[in-house]
Amino acid sequence: MSEKTLTRMDLSEAVFREVGLSRNDSAQLVESVLQHMSDALVRGEQVKISSFGTFSVREKAARVGRNPKTGEEVPINPRRVLTFRPSHLMKDRVTEGNKR
Amino acid sequence: MIRSELIQKIADENPHLYQRDVERIVNTIFEEITEAMANGNRVELRGFGAFSVKQRDARIGRNPRTGEAVEVEEKHVPFFKTGKLLRDRLNGKS
Repeated sequence: MSEKTLTRMDLSEAVFREVGLSRNDSAQLVESVLQHMSDALVRGEQVKISSFGTFSVREKAARVGRNPKTGEEVPINPRRVLTFRPSHLMKDRVTEGNKR
Repeated sequence: MIRSELIQKIADENPHLYQRDVERIVNTIFEEITEAMANGNRVELRGFGAFSVKQRDARIGRNPRTGEAVEVEEKHVPFFKTGKLLRDRLNGKS
């Protein structure tokens, strides 16, 4: 199985095929979807897409890290990170689809 | 925010589209991503993040109740890595 990388272009192509809007409008809609999801996450909201998965923002406390090369201690500031938890449906499809 | 709220926002911005078409558009996007991963592919959405498939090797697991050893097969799991722009935006940069 040769691994491919899909991009926005492939998603808008799929929208184009499915709904029959212009390629331009399809690309615009893909962008809006990503934009609305990002905006909600930046506001600190969870984004929960049923049968796909949940994106949530987690607060990480400050801690002392270490430069693995030099062993030097460096402070790591508190920050917000995004985690994605796939739905059971997605996990099952990915597991099944990649079985050989 | 849940799927229906996302659909509503897109519908509000695009009054020229039927609601049911907006639903199909949003559903198509998520379906396409899931389908790509089920086929072992990656989906890279610059600025937002990348969806990929990670392989978990076969291992000997243990039934936590009985302590009995069980073989767990190799499997593939979905993985998401946040894009740089979104990571920066979450932390008030850019």
